Amino acid sequence: MTDTNKDGSGGAAPYALELKGVSKSFGLIRANRDITLAVRPGSIHGIIGENGAGKSTLMNIVYGMHVRDEGEILVGGEPVDMRSSADAISHGIGMVHQHFMLVPTFTVLENVMLGSEGGALLREGRQAARDRIVELSERYNLRIDPDALVGDLNVGQRQRVEIIKALKGGAKILILDEPTGVLTPQEAEQLFEILKVLRDRGVSVLLITHKLAEIMEITDAVDIMRQGQIVGHRKTAETSPAELAELMVGRKVLLEVERTEANPGDVQFSASGLGYTNSQGVVELQDISFEVRAGEILGVAGVSGNGQTQLMEVLAGMRHLTAGSISILGTEVTPATETNPRIIRDLGLRHIPEDRHQHGLILHFEARENMILGVQDSDLAGTGFLMDPAAIEANCREKMRDYDVRPDAPRHFAKNFSGGNQQKIVIAREFSANPVVLLVGQPTRGVDVGAIEFIHKQLLALRDAGCAILLVSVELDEIMSLSDRIMVLCDGHNVGIVDRAEADRQTLGLMMAGQKREGHAA
Amino acid sequence: MSGPTPPLPRWADLFLLPVINLMAALFVCGLVVLAIGENPIEALGVMLKGAFVYSGGLGYTLYYTTNFVFTGLAVATAFHAMLFNIGGEGQAYIGGLGAALAAFAIGAAPGIVALPVAIAGAALAGACWGVIPGYLQAKRGSHIVITTIMFNFIAASIMVWLLVGPMLEPGQQSPQSVPLPEGSYLPKMHEMLGAIGVETAATPLNASFLLALVSLAVFWVLIWRTRLGYNIRAVGQNPQAAHYAGINVPRTIIIAMAIAGGFAGLLATNEILGISHRVILNYTAGYGFTGIAVALMGRNHPVGIFLASLLFGALYQGGAELDFEFQSITREMVLMIQGMIILFSGALAYMFNPPLARFIARISAPKREVAHG
Repeated sequence: MTDTNKDGSGGAAPYALELKGVSKSFGLIRANRDITLAVRPGSIHGIIGENGAGKSTLMNIVYGMHVRDEGEILVGGEPVDMRSSADAISHGIGMVHQHFMLVPTFTVLENVMLGSEGGALLREGRQAARDRIVELSERYNLRIDPDALVGDLNVGQRQRVEIIKALKGGAKILILDEPTGVLTPQEAEQLFEILKVLRDRGVSVLLITHKLAEIMEITDAVDIMRQGQIVGHRKTAETSPAELAELMVGRKVLLEVERTEANPGDVQFSASGLGYTNSQGVVELQDISFEVRAGEILGVAGVSGNGQTQLMEVLAGMRHLTAGSISILGTEVTPATETNPRIIRDLGLRHIPEDRHQHGLILHFEARENMILGVQDSDLAGTGFLMDPAAIEANCREKMRDYDVRPDAPRHFAKNFSGGNQQKIVIAREFSANPVVLLVGQPTRGVDVGAIEFIHKQLLALRDAGCAILLVSVELDEIMSLSDRIMVLCDGHNVGIVDRAEADRQTLGLMMAGQKREGHAA
Repeated sequence: MSGPTPPLPRWADLFLLPVINLMAALFVCGLVVLAIGENPIEALGVMLKGAFVYSGGLGYTLYYTTNFVFTGLAVATAFHAMLFNIGGEGQAYIGGLGAALAAFAIGAAPGIVALPVAIAGAALAGACWGVIPGYLQAKRGSHIVITTIMFNFIAASIMVWLLVGPMLEPGQQSPQSVPLPEGSYLPKMHEMLGAIGVETAATPLNASFLLALVSLAVFWVLIWRTRLGYNIRAVGQNPQAAHYAGINVPRTIIIAMAIAGGFAGLLATNEILGISHRVILNYTAGYGFTGIAVALMGRNHPVGIFLASLLFGALYQGGAELDFEFQSITREMVLMIQGMIILFSGALAYMFNPPLARFIARISAPKREVAHG
């Protein structure tokens, strides 16, 4: 494959980065097998694959954080023995990790200086670092105030600090691992602008992602990974999202959801004038009213951080509402009522939390123990005084089969499953209880294409079975394709609720920015 | 060196690593013994014989083991809720007070009544002393490490005041209480064995050893088979997920600390109901602190806690023998050896983890090639 690529390049200029036959195993798991890829200088090169396809491992090998078992790494045509991240940096490779490595109480300048203070006294190093930041931000259009506290910056700005850190040593190759996972759509746009400037100034950008849209929007070439191997190389201009998706999962995927007409019944779940003020006195939700009927999905759209998380947690009983009321199957919940997740669950409400690592799972518990989380007091955990390990295991095995969790190993720790399968464990647990009211938060965040399709089908099946569903997602496409009606949140307020038929991107976009629609009551 | 270390196989984590830690500690101790002019191999032999072979040696070893099991469980129970209970010492101390007060309250009742009451008194008092830091942690956010340490001092001060004041035996110079009513005495093991015709040396080992074994079993059932244990572990591993699951996190923390304190309080069944039959100043003698090392070394699992307790029991008993047999090895030297083992097995418990993990990964990798080839 490399040979054909070389022919295609036509010139004598060496590749910025080239891998030949790189392999890496962890114990019995072969994370990367015989990886061969080449990145042209001054290009944006995408690596796309499902969760667990081996993308991050590969990049950690390039950045020297894992040492390859076999194969060759060439930087600028020269073979390099990459054994540590210091090696990588000295060869002009910089990396921006998925989770930022910044000290929030330090200024931008101090963070950039970290690791290259230059002597016992900070004065000289500080001036040099300041000059470098100014130089880099001018050359690459990375606007940032060197004296701002990192803790005060938003996520997009923090990412810019990370990019400056990666570039300060003169990096010509920049690796970004799932850079948009934490960004709002606007911040992602800004990031892409920056990446284009970097490319035009001769930096090679390696973009790792599982989002097809990003690959299509910004990359020049893309390698597709599946199960630790490169299964395809395409010029972005000559491929389509459908082809990439097919290569990623190895089969055709329906990106459109097949859905039947909604058949709404009685109101099962409603809120009126709901408000939440946190312990610091900040008003996070104000005067939110909605109704969800049996057999319909109410989507909640909004730029993330506009109250979606608080709304879900208040509705699930994890936080206590401070104003208004919630009605679940006719039972009224007000600020005066005692609420906790258990009371709410007992009313017949189930909840897929937005963050499965933080709330949905206990990563150091076995899968079978996670499968009874929240229902540990029910008969699923055994009918006697003691818990019944056989019953717990049988319950887990059954649900793993029904929801296609792989591997179907009830005794594996939750942390050892891939993101998509972790999410399927949560979904299996909550969906299989046949809920009457369901809160769903980010059902497909960090989940691969195959699992997304499965989860969407399950959600619609529950709706058709008469469940009242409230769906929160950062993916506007997901909201638009699944919801029957869409409520838009902005700054903790309900901007309005629109029917599916009237909801196009432009309308929703305006509402997400806080503009109320004329002639529509909230 | 670079890269994360590969995970250690479970068997190596549970058995190989503690043994390597122990060997490293003994090796350093051997060097010290060598430096003061004694033969380390000979010293080790004396320790082992003293702990297990000599008449009564095993009895003494198991007597110490009993104490460590109780305090080890006190640390381990709290640890499953991710609470670092440093207060085993104080909880055990107050447990002694509870045992004594319960025994005095029930008076001259027969053993069948008085013993359970006294044992319950010990557990209950220890539990109360654990609940207060637990409550402060759960409801007020006061860090459990700080509060349990402070509660050790408070317990010590209360006991000094009681034992030189209200509880002091009339006409006594040394700070100790009057003897407990006889009904609350636990039978000695050599008496029990003698009753069924097995003659053993007279040692302080008493029926509380059996209570310790029962406690280990109860602990296992509690943590891995009850819903309460599930809740405790859930709170320990991920309090936010526990909250999502409808578990009352503060209440679980308080209950875990109550159970932890209860285990610590049971130390009094050995020292007071089993041996001294009265409350004596400072009778806990640091067992509560050694319990931290026991729980760490035993990986908070009942089998591990028992083995670690046995090890420390053997060290206490064998160490005393060492002091007795060698002119140049003093009591302080024995303390140094104990300290070394705590250092390597407790504080440095995972020091050998990365190299061992790499070693195992290396030797198991070629094997797989062969198997696959």
